[in-house]
Amino acid sequence: MVCLTDLGIADIRNGVRLGKFSAVEVAEAFISAVSNAKLLNAFLVETPHHALAAAKAADTARAAGEVLKPLAGVPIGMKDLFCTKDVPTTAASLILEGFVPPYESTVSGNLFVAGAGMLGKLNMDQFAMGSSNETSAFGNVISPWRRGDGGNAPLAPGGSSGGSAAAVSARLCPGATGTDTGGSIRQPAAFVGISGIKPTYGRCSRWGVIAFASSLDQAGPMARDVRDCAIMLENMCGFDAKDATSLNLPVPKWEDGLNASMAGKRIGIPREYRVENMPAEIDALWQQGVDWLKDAGAEIVEVSLPHTKYALPAYYIIAPAEASSNLARYDGVRYGLRDLPDGANLQDMYAATRAAGFGDEVKRRIMIGTYVLSAGFYDAFFQQASKIRTLIARDFEQAWEKCDYLLTPTAPSAAFVLGEKSDDPLAMYLNDVFTVPSSLAGLPAMSVPGGLDKAGLPLGLQIIGKALDEQGVLNAALALEERAGFTARPGAWW
Amino acid sequence: MNVDIATVKKVAALARIAITEEEAARLAPELGNILGWIEQLSEVDVTGVEPMTAVIPNQLRLRDDVVTDGGIRDAVLANAPQGEHGFFAVPKVIE
Repeated sequence: MVCLTDLGIADIRNGVRLGKFSAVEVAEAFISAVSNAKLLNAFLVETPHHALAAAKAADTARAAGEVLKPLAGVPIGMKDLFCTKDVPTTAASLILEGFVPPYESTVSGNLFVAGAGMLGKLNMDQFAMGSSNETSAFGNVISPWRRGDGGNAPLAPGGSSGGSAAAVSARLCPGATGTDTGGSIRQPAAFVGISGIKPTYGRCSRWGVIAFASSLDQAGPMARDVRDCAIMLENMCGFDAKDATSLNLPVPKWEDGLNASMAGKRIGIPREYRVENMPAEIDALWQQGVDWLKDAGAEIVEVSLPHTKYALPAYYIIAPAEASSNLARYDGVRYGLRDLPDGANLQDMYAATRAAGFGDEVKRRIMIGTYVLSAGFYDAFFQQASKIRTLIARDFEQAWEKCDYLLTPTAPSAAFVLGEKSDDPLAMYLNDVFTVPSSLAGLPAMSVPGGLDKAGLPLGLQIIGKALDEQGVLNAALALEERAGFTARPGAWW
Repeated sequence: MNVDIATVKKVAALARIAITEEEAARLAPELGNILGWIEQLSEVDVTGVEPMTAVIPNQLRLRDDVVTDGGIRDAVLANAPQGEHGFFAVPKVIE
């Protein structure tokens, strides 16, 4: 008997359709895996009833001879940034403890309409602010991976979608939702040896996704391979009148369009991504990726993205500025935490509630955002960053005259030990050096596992594509995936 | 970049976050470091460059100015820390 939790989304979907196993059997296997993996702290809330109800609906539909929905029988994990009707949603922050949304986010609703069931809500960096999952108010997520040297130092699963990454990698769910503001899908996917794609800004509705930086936030899938990501992405995207920046475009059949041939395609290698102090193994994997894409038929060209070094500092103005505005809503009045000291007036209540409810990193970013938007600094900081963002997007436009996709490493290092960078906000921010530029330009980008480093930890390669060319990004990623033949997985120590 | 404790307190007050003296003292060099790193943006010549307002060109839609939602007062109030008589309740604001 096949181990059901070893199966990915496509295999589960196909197996349920063919009657190889029932959807309820699949759901029960994953529910059991989730409840046995508490040490990873990947789930904040478990929702076995939800997964089972969807599974029963799939089995009933099959028994009745109906055409099954695209994700019938597939149980998934949901990042806790997505509001889920009647299921607690906190963005891993104390300020939303006890919040139970009376509505469903568009993306989670789309997945449920497609037949998916939900295993639970996944831990994350608080308000998606972090690259290691250490800013969660409900404890670190522990990566299922360990270094091969026998040391058991707990490793970061990456962030902010760290719970999603750990859960998919540990086979607690075949796929999970993530969100990506500056790399929060791609970097954790790379850290745990799975795939993840951030689509073009506007493909996935932001409605009901707790807002961090609205001009950057995009949802996307995290799963074990490219095909599974394509299947999930198709069922997350789509026009939504409730999101003013939602793109009113048809959703392509990305799974049907998968094609790993790179014949006639040009792959750009941005020279500015050769950063100082990058481990030699990452450079070697990058070169290996070049060779794989050549083998797939692509032509390799060197390109220049001259403003790359300004992307991170521009991001750390724009994202905190938007966050300071978005997070003004947490005031202790309408939902979530209220801290009302004795004799406090309304202003005191706001300040006390926000002091008690927000974690240190969230406060830090709100304060940076408040500072760069304040009178006297707005032009020097926020306007300057917004103009540099235009230049960064222009760099990509110019690169597309020479190539179809860009190939880069996903992150400048493999997973680090929890606590190693948490005292130095700047060192943590630098982890997003390769993912932030494409976020600022709103472009689709995907991370796929490329191999292991000497310590036995996964390393990812990133494909960046033109706006709306998710198909091309998926295809180039598939060409890498087929040649990387990545089958490593963490041993189940939890 | 030098950020002093008074500036930290001013920004915290603008952001409606209560902070202690110790937190202000800790945050001052942290914010100074981050803002100092961000300051490198000033070296970029942005003459004639428009600030980005939309990452993907997209026509903002208009809809008819009609009520599309409503009649869900209890759902709106369901998560309130304190709701009374169909309203959100807050500490007294007028003496």
